[in-house]
Amino acid sequence: MSGVAFLPTDAVDFLVLGAGAAGGIVAKELATAGFRVVVLEQGPYLHEGDYSHDEIKYTFQPGLTNDPKVQPITYRKSDADRARPMKAIEYGRQVGGGSVHFTANYWRFYESDFREHSLCGEVSGADLRDWPIAYADLEPYYTKAEYELGISGLAGANPFEAPRSKPYPLPPMPVKSSGVLFDRATKKLGLHPFPAPVAILSEPYQGRAPSVNCGFCESFGCEMRAKSSTLVSVIPQAERTGRCEIRPECYVRKIELDDAGRATGAIYFDRNRREIFQRAKAVFVCANGVETPKLLLMSKSKRFPEGLANSSGLVGKYLMWDNGGEALGLFEHPLNEYKGIQVTRLIHDYYASDPKRGFYGGGGIDARFDFYPAGFALSGLPPDTPRWGSEFKRTFATYFNRTMMLMAHTTSLAQAKNTVSLDPDVKDAWGLPAVRITSDYHPDDVATMKWMTAKQIEILEAAGALKTWSQPYDVVSNMPSRHLMGTCRMGNDPGTSVVNAYSRTHDVPNLFLVDGSNFVTSGRQQPTATIQALAYRAADYAVRAARRGDLS
Amino acid sequence: MSALQHAHTVAGLPTPHFETLDAGTAGEIEAIAARIIPSTGGAGAREAGVIYFIDRALSTFAADDRETYRTGMAQLQQKRTELFPNSTTISSLTGEQQTTLIRAIEMSSFFDLLRTHTVLGFLGNPSYGGNRGESGWKQIGFEDQMAYQPPFGYYDAQGEEEKK
Repeated sequence: MSGVAFLPTDAVDFLVLGAGAAGGIVAKELATAGFRVVVLEQGPYLHEGDYSHDEIKYTFQPGLTNDPKVQPITYRKSDADRARPMKAIEYGRQVGGGSVHFTANYWRFYESDFREHSLCGEVSGADLRDWPIAYADLEPYYTKAEYELGISGLAGANPFEAPRSKPYPLPPMPVKSSGVLFDRATKKLGLHPFPAPVAILSEPYQGRAPSVNCGFCESFGCEMRAKSSTLVSVIPQAERTGRCEIRPECYVRKIELDDAGRATGAIYFDRNRREIFQRAKAVFVCANGVETPKLLLMSKSKRFPEGLANSSGLVGKYLMWDNGGEALGLFEHPLNEYKGIQVTRLIHDYYASDPKRGFYGGGGIDARFDFYPAGFALSGLPPDTPRWGSEFKRTFATYFNRTMMLMAHTTSLAQAKNTVSLDPDVKDAWGLPAVRITSDYHPDDVATMKWMTAKQIEILEAAGALKTWSQPYDVVSNMPSRHLMGTCRMGNDPGTSVVNAYSRTHDVPNLFLVDGSNFVTSGRQQPTATIQALAYRAADYAVRAARRGDLS
Repeated sequence: MSALQHAHTVAGLPTPHFETLDAGTAGEIEAIAARIIPSTGGAGAREAGVIYFIDRALSTFAADDRETYRTGMAQLQQKRTELFPNSTTISSLTGEQQTTLIRAIEMSSFFDLLRTHTVLGFLGNPSYGGNRGESGWKQIGFEDQMAYQPPFGYYDAQGEEEKK
C-alpha cells in the first residue's frame, strides 16, 4: 500500500486516472522521474493472497471485472435500434486493471500495422488510416516494457517478426500438448509456429518466482505473482519512490478545466460516495478504450459542450471489437490442457492482409485451452451434443482432457458508426450515465473470421483430431469484448484525431489519454504490449515537456 | 428427505439443511438436476450435492434468480399435471415420464438457468456446497493442485521422448 498521501487541495504534478496496464506504467515513469503523482482507480487494491482458483467467482461473476449490476452497459447494433442492457464489454476493475486477469499474450505490432492505409488503400465503409507513428518509434518502448514487466518468449523464432533491439528477457514457457500438436500440424502445412510471447515468468525475475503451471491465468489473478501485471511490477516501484499515491475505489465523474482551457484535476466519488476534487497540474487518463471516452463525454464545459477534448467530434468513435473465432478438436490421448498457461504456440503466417483473399484483414492463430471445468461443459462441447442426460455427461467427462482449441485473433475495422456514448436513460449506481455501446461488424471483419476458421479446422485435422467443431460467431456471441480499442484515435490532424503522436490531446495541452483508445487500427488483437509501449512513450514525452515547463 | 440427507442420516453426520428452498421444492429440483447430470457411469448431480449448491446460490450470488425458480417450477408442475394427470410430484414420475416432461420445457430460459446451475454445482468449487468430495472433478479427470510440472499430457511427453 502507498506510504505517501496527498491532500486533494494539493495540486500534484500529475493525476493519473486508472491504475491498469497503461496507468501503472505512467505512474511509475512519472514518479521515478521525480514528480508527485496521485493515481485514482475505480476498483479495489487486491493482492495475490486475495485471489483463488474459484471458477464461479472469476468466470461466472465479475470477480475482477466491471459489474453490470452497479455499472450497467447498454448495447445496440446501430443508431436505428434502441439500446438494451447487455454486458457488451468487460474490463479489469482493480489496481493493475486488465493486466491482472488477462491471458497474458504479449504480441508486438508489426511495421505494417502502423501503415495499413498506405498498404491496403481505402476500405469501403471503414476509416482505415495510418498511425502518426511508425514501428521504429515504438520499438524502444516495447523493449522497455518487456524488460521492466518480465516477458517470456523466443526472439527470432517467428520469421515474420519486426526488428527488435534485444531478445526477450526470459525464455519461453514449457510447451503443452496443444503446442506440440500445433507445431507438428502447422509445420506439415508449411507454416511457421513459434513459442508464444507471454507476460508470465518462466524463470525467477526481479524478486518474483516463476509460474508453477497451475493453469488459472485467463480471468484469474495470479496467486504466485508470476503473471507480469503492473500490480506486481511497476506499481510497487512507483510506490517505493515515496512520490506516488495509489488511491483505490475512487470513481471519477469529471475532469475540470480552468478559464484558460487547462485541466485542473478531477472530481471523484470515494468509497463512501463522497465527492472529492483532486487538484493537479496535468492529467493522464488511462481508463481503457470505453471508460476514457465516457469520462471525456461526461466532462462537458462551456468550452467543450460536446465533451472534453472533443473539438473533432471523434471522442467515442471508431470503437474496435475483440474479433476472432474458436475451433476445437478432440484427440485420442489425454492432453490435460487445464495444466499450464493457456497458450504456448501460435502462428502469424496469416497476419498480413492479402488482397488476393478478396477482403481486408488477417490474424494470428494460437493453440490453447481456455476453459475451466464448468465453462467447458456449458460452452465448449460440439454443437450436436445433447444438452442434458447421460450422453451430455459422457461427452463433457470424456472430452475435457482430450480437447484443445485454436483461437484466431483477427482485425476489427474502424467504423465511425461503432461508438461509445452516454445512455440517455440508464444510470449507474452513482447516478452517472451508463455506457452505451453501438457496434456491429464490418463485412470484411466477418469474411476474415470465416476465412480463418477454415484454416483453424485445417490445422486441427492435420494434427490428427478425431472430431472438430467451431463456435458460432456474431457480434453478440463475441461479447463481452475485452479488447477496447480506438475511441480517441491518434493522429497529426486535430480535425480527424483526438490525441497527437505522443497521446497528448490536441485540445487541452496538459491532458493526456493513453490506453487502447489511442489505437488507429486494431492490429490482430492482443493489444496490451502496444498499450504499454504507448504508455512508456507518452510518459517519456510528458516528463520532458514538464521539465521544460510546457505543461503548467 | 433427499438422497444426500438420507446418506448423512445413515452415516450419522449432521443433516445438511436448506437456507432458501423448502425440502419439497428441493426434492423436485433435485429430480430434474439428476436427469441433467445422471448417475450413470459414476457420481451425478445427486451424489455431488448439486441441490445444496443451488440452495446456497439462491441464498447468495444468485438471489436475483429466486423468482425465475418460483415461476419456472410452478410452470413445470403445471406441465406435469397436464402430461400426467394422475401424478403428484416430479420426483415420483418414472424416468421415462421425467424425460418427456423435460423435453417439453428444455427450450425455456428457466431450464437454461437450471442447467447452468446444475453444471456449476457439479463442476464448480466444492466450497459452494456442490461437487461433494470433488466428485464432479473426478468424473472429468480434473485434479485440483496448486502446481504442475511438465509433461502435462500425452503429446508433450511424447515430444520430450522424441528429443532424447
